[in-house]
Amino acid sequence: MGIMDILQIVIPSTLLWAAPLILTALGGIFSERSGVVNIGLEGLMVIGAFTGIVFNLETVSVLGSWTPWVALLVAALVGAIFSLIHAVASISFRADHTVSGVAINLLAVGVTLFLVKLIYDKGQTDIIQKGFSKIDVPFLSDIPIIGPIFFSNTYWTSYVAIIIAIIAWFVVFKTPFGLRLRSTGEHPMAADTMGINVTKMRYIGVIISGALGGLGGAVYAQSISSDFSHATISGQGFMALAAMIFGKWHPLGAMGAAIFFGFAQSLSIIGNSLPFLENVPSLVLLIAPYILTILALTGFIGRADAPKASGTHYIKGSR
Amino acid sequence: MQMSSRMKNILTPIIAVFLGILVGTIIMVASGYNAITAYQALWNGAFGDIYFIGEVIRQTIPYILAGLAVAFAFKTGLFNIGVEGQLLMGWMAAVWVGVSFDLPKIIHLPLAVLAAGVAGALWAFIPGYLKARFRVHEVIVTIMLNHTALYITNQVIRSVLSDGKERTDMIADSSSLRSVFLESITDYSRMHWGITIAIICAIIMWFILEKTTTGFELRAVGFNEHASQYAGMNVKRNIILSMVISGIFAGLAGAMEGLGTFGYMAVKGGFTGVGFDGIAVALLGGNTAIGVVLAALLFGGLKVGALNMPLEAGVPNELVDIIIALIIIFVASSYIIRWFIDRVSKKGVK
Repeated sequence: MGIMDILQIVIPSTLLWAAPLILTALGGIFSERSGVVNIGLEGLMVIGAFTGIVFNLETVSVLGSWTPWVALLVAALVGAIFSLIHAVASISFRADHTVSGVAINLLAVGVTLFLVKLIYDKGQTDIIQKGFSKIDVPFLSDIPIIGPIFFSNTYWTSYVAIIIAIIAWFVVFKTPFGLRLRSTGEHPMAADTMGINVTKMRYIGVIISGALGGLGGAVYAQSISSDFSHATISGQGFMALAAMIFGKWHPLGAMGAAIFFGFAQSLSIIGNSLPFLENVPSLVLLIAPYILTILALTGFIGRADAPKASGTHYIKGSR
Repeated sequence: MQMSSRMKNILTPIIAVFLGILVGTIIMVASGYNAITAYQALWNGAFGDIYFIGEVIRQTIPYILAGLAVAFAFKTGLFNIGVEGQLLMGWMAAVWVGVSFDLPKIIHLPLAVLAAGVAGALWAFIPGYLKARFRVHEVIVTIMLNHTALYITNQVIRSVLSDGKERTDMIADSSSLRSVFLESITDYSRMHWGITIAIICAIIMWFILEKTTTGFELRAVGFNEHASQYAGMNVKRNIILSMVISGIFAGLAGAMEGLGTFGYMAVKGGFTGVGFDGIAVALLGGNTAIGVVLAALLFGGLKVGALNMPLEAGVPNELVDIIIALIIIFVASSYIIRWFIDRVSKKGVK
């Protein structure tokens, strides 16, 4: 098997698995940059996956080939609404962010499985007819060498995720809004003194994270799992959290980390068909993202530090 | 009359449970279910029969230990989300000892329980050490270690404890916590001797925290790290110690599943959930030993009773998961509940 053949298998598969992680990790960045820790990413993905699949199943006869795309938007909307619970609890009611996030995860699984049983009277949904499927990008896939590797047998959602990551980088680091968001996460009192509404910025941060988490879940469900059950989202949200930390709370860094984790995930699935990976135990590939994140936090791979005020409550007038 | 803070501490979780059940009821009514039938089914499924009571206690055993694990770390200002992973490691270690040796019960059973405690302690030592040495936040490390533990235990079950099978053999009888006596008085439920271990652990936790110097230091570090340091306490040592003890409780919770309820360990597609429910138990129990036992009993009853809801009332048992999640949110939002209690009790004066 030549190097070209290997790349043609590995890269599209990596991008496929990376897309949901990129989107969800970006969501985590918006939340944490505003100062709200969001362990609930997993739950937001669950909500997104559920919404995406149910909307897809129910409207495919009307919307036809547009179904998965509309389902993405709906999932983002529902994710944003669901994240309001986390926002209200951890910002307005001063709940511990981590505890609230854990509750969001449990609540998401409970609510979605409850609804699946209510709607379909069984433990999982049917398989969707119209998900995202493999495409060759017009024109670009005709470029020699680069075309077959990066633009053939691939999914639109991967490019969407990468474009959103670039937009997120621009928003967080190049716009007044991004500056305000980051300042509430680093030093809310200073931000408040400068006339920034800390509570509002944090709400916005959490709601954006809900939308992106929902988007990530819906991308995963419609391009990889194709149905929804209790096992559809099992750890991807936490892996996105890991990507966020590994990428040092930077949108492009998180994208890079997510692509790397996507690579590790896809290898643990397609690894057996690749000659040089036959002897690497799949266990190593499965746990690599988590171990690497711990090492990154410890400082062995460049220290990763969270926004200073993340996880704290801002109470006006207190010092 | 201003309410005493002790009274508020007791009232807050009760209000949280009430609110959780209230919202659960609204969800049921909105979905077109009969809420009264559903709660009857829940009650019958938990306490309607001696068999169900046995099952509730069986479910309560790991909940107590998982709750103690979370609560103990909380007291030192640490959030151990890694109970789930430590539980899996403990489960694996207990079953490993259970299937590998053939010893008299008096040695074998304590050895298997001990192995689980050690495995949990070692797995919790990692985040404790990283926190103490590198100031790495324990929440992220424990989350990452949960997934690592899941994959490692699955791999060990497949390749070491069996020949590529999906579950281990049954443990030897000499390492089992099962009790013919307890099973027979509860109409052959899976209730086992682990309940004594769980209660003893609750007493140990209370004793360590309230009656020993070590416990005083652990709590002091939780209250104010800098003041403790200034007073000459070894903060790093206390952080590690707290995580290790927490890990022992979590590992023992795994032993309860491995040596008592199941008697084997199977490959898992996802987490058991006991570790995460332990967070709910600890929070609701106010991180005290007695509170954890009571909260564990409540959640044990809810979880076991829930299984009867689809049968008797046609309501999906996930409703109880929703209620538990809501209770966590309400307990965590105790600031607003306390504010509300203050408002109400102040109004009474005027």
